[in-house]
Amino acid sequence: MIQVKLIVNGFLKLLPVNKKYMTNNPIQITDDSEDRNSKPDTNWREYFSFSTDHKVIGVQYMVTTFIFFLIGGLLAMIIRGELLTPESDLVDRSLYNGLFTLHGTVMIFLWIIPFNAGLANYLVPLMIGAKDMAFPVLNAIAFWIIPPAGILLLSSFLVQGGPAQAGWWSYPPISLQNPTGYPINGESIWILSVMLLGISSIMGGVNFITTIVWMRAPGMTFFRMPIFVWTVLSAQLLQLICLPSLTGAIVLLFFDLTFGTNFFKPLENGDPIIYQHLFWFYSHPAVYVMALPAFGIFSEILPAFSRNPLFGYRSVAIASFGIGVVSIFVWVHHLFASATPNWMRMLFMVSSMLVGVPTGVKVFAWTATVWNGRLHLFTPMLFALGGVVMFVFGGITGIMLSSVPFDIHVNNTYFVVGHFHYIVHNTITMAIFAAIYFWFPKITGKMYAEGWGKVHFFLTFIGANLTFFPMHPLGLHGMVRRVSSYDPQFQGWNIIASLGGFLLGISTLPFIANMVGSLLLGKKVSDNPWHATGLEWKTSSPPPRENFEEIPVVNEPPYHYNSKAIPEAAVTQE
Amino acid sequence: MPNPTHHIDESPIRFDRLVQSLPNWLQRFLPIGGGIAHDHHGKGMFGVTVFLLSESLVFLSFFFTYIALRLTHPNWLPPGVKGPELSQFIIFNTVVLLSSSFVIQAAENALKRHKIIKFRWLLALTSGMGIYFLVAQAIEWSNLNFRLTDGLMGGTFYLLTGFHGLHVLAGILLQLLMVSRSFIRGNYNSSHFGVSATTLFWHFVDVIWVVLFSLVYLWRT
Repeated sequence: MIQVKLIVNGFLKLLPVNKKYMTNNPIQITDDSEDRNSKPDTNWREYFSFSTDHKVIGVQYMVTTFIFFLIGGLLAMIIRGELLTPESDLVDRSLYNGLFTLHGTVMIFLWIIPFNAGLANYLVPLMIGAKDMAFPVLNAIAFWIIPPAGILLLSSFLVQGGPAQAGWWSYPPISLQNPTGYPINGESIWILSVMLLGISSIMGGVNFITTIVWMRAPGMTFFRMPIFVWTVLSAQLLQLICLPSLTGAIVLLFFDLTFGTNFFKPLENGDPIIYQHLFWFYSHPAVYVMALPAFGIFSEILPAFSRNPLFGYRSVAIASFGIGVVSIFVWVHHLFASATPNWMRMLFMVSSMLVGVPTGVKVFAWTATVWNGRLHLFTPMLFALGGVVMFVFGGITGIMLSSVPFDIHVNNTYFVVGHFHYIVHNTITMAIFAAIYFWFPKITGKMYAEGWGKVHFFLTFIGANLTFFPMHPLGLHGMVRRVSSYDPQFQGWNIIASLGGFLLGISTLPFIANMVGSLLLGKKVSDNPWHATGLEWKTSSPPPRENFEEIPVVNEPPYHYNSKAIPEAAVTQE
Repeated sequence: MPNPTHHIDESPIRFDRLVQSLPNWLQRFLPIGGGIAHDHHGKGMFGVTVFLLSESLVFLSFFFTYIALRLTHPNWLPPGVKGPELSQFIIFNTVVLLSSSFVIQAAENALKRHKIIKFRWLLALTSGMGIYFLVAQAIEWSNLNFRLTDGLMGGTFYLLTGFHGLHVLAGILLQLLMVSRSFIRGNYNSSHFGVSATTLFWHFVDVIWVVLFSLVYLWRT
């Protein structure tokens, strides 16, 4: 035991923290925990039980979904391994189809969307000054659907005919091919799994909306809520309004697959385009369900580590809703190449470009927030800054894609793959890591090893760009997506992308080691090691069972980093 | 505990005053001010309402599919089939289902006035009307000359009526659960959130039927 402790401690302390970049070192990671009862109320067994405490459920979500992230990442490693050479020589073509299908499905429905739900679960009640979520039992049920649904999905690798192979969109008629003829096949398992995850999401949506509308502390008006809560509210409203469309799509698909109906079979007078409309009516807002909380995370972290209030708080709050509303009206840009009539293409080209406006409001607000700030380049800040910068790139390629003449050429090529990975990985996953590092001390009561955090950041930042940047020239030169073999002219960029991908795989190792090691042996922290604003920092680390000794009364605006009225903030300025 | 909700940095739109100007029955669903939820009934009904709005959109996606397929496909009907008939039987079943909404509302009102016996009878009557509707639907299904796999019309018809029927069944089970709960002495003395939720769910089932009925039976080509 003592040897293990020595090794872990050695690892944590191996990389010293360079104090030079911390101007005046105002954020002290203080260790005044002795004057507090810092013994956590929970023991590890609770994390494996049906707990109704939103903090336990939040951690359960985050750890479970991180495991699915690693699994989805493993699938990606195999894909990148295949794409090192132009020939299809590593895996069977059918297996390759299954790999990219499950990679996408796992990353979207078992990593980002439920991780966001977990983070929101942990933070929202604390941020609004509530004791728990509105419906704690429903909350627990919603979580416990996730592991079986995920295991069910992954089990499809073992059935006859293999996993679903029609991509994470599962378009008919290709998704209706059932060569083995059995009713239990990869595709039907995919549908059932996604259905279960959708039910979990609807439960979460009802819970979050009710919590945010009904359970804010006295004085916590809507325009005093942290931006993270605004983005969660917007994202969950999107879930409630748009998920039903996906439910309809996959129910109809299931009927076609299993009961012999003909909704989507062209040879029987069915219409596969209806599936595409129903699918994308949800799946476009889904990307904002994923992105909005990430934007919320940036809005929490950038002010804290530049010691400036968030610029344009009210505009950013309204923009969070604006993005949600506009995103409901853009879905047809995924159907530009599906024989959509020209008038419809024009309409949705305009609406898709419009969504850049509230998004731009946020990016400008973040830029103005760090402008002239006193930057503290701790790990969460590095991930946040890196995420915002890469988001500008990914957002621009998105606006390029919204133009019909451009999209016609690059649709279904690697350009699109590059664009969305710059969003889901280089923005959203970066934001998720930023959030994990930022709130790790609050959740665990311990501080992570800052040096290893920086190593993780640099490996991730380099890997992220190496992997996904090459996809843009590949797409422009005509390499299509979802293929295991390609024209030899594309090999150069593919090798760079694959090496970047393997680097990303390796980059998770210092992260996991840091998290586990710090959880066990990290230095104890005070209530507010980052001297951040927000109600979650006014209670102990970790918070007590009912979050606050006494429900707080709120009488100041959010992000009051420059406020002279708050002595603590003034002290940490110099 | 003091409840200071408005300060200088607040928006001119006063959410509280807006809520207070709404009718009483609507106010039940909305919170007033940034207060803690002591009112579990209000919080619960808000949650159930939000859920039912979302569930309605699932039916909307089915209705959209039905409308889109029907408008764009000239060979909508399978050969030799005329489609579901708007018979007196169907009209009677519709009347029964829609009236049952009034019955369940009367049941909830009786419960609010603590008339448990009346509540039980009215709720049981509602379940009975719901069971009648389901049985009648089954009879109608057995008398049809097309199946689920018979063309686009067959598929959409059984899909729509089938999922609606499942929701009717769920409503009946909820009502029976509420009736059985009323036998626990003093159960509904302070609050009856479950009954209110069940009533709302039954109204939702009715609204869906009205739309479905119009689209499937009233829409003649």
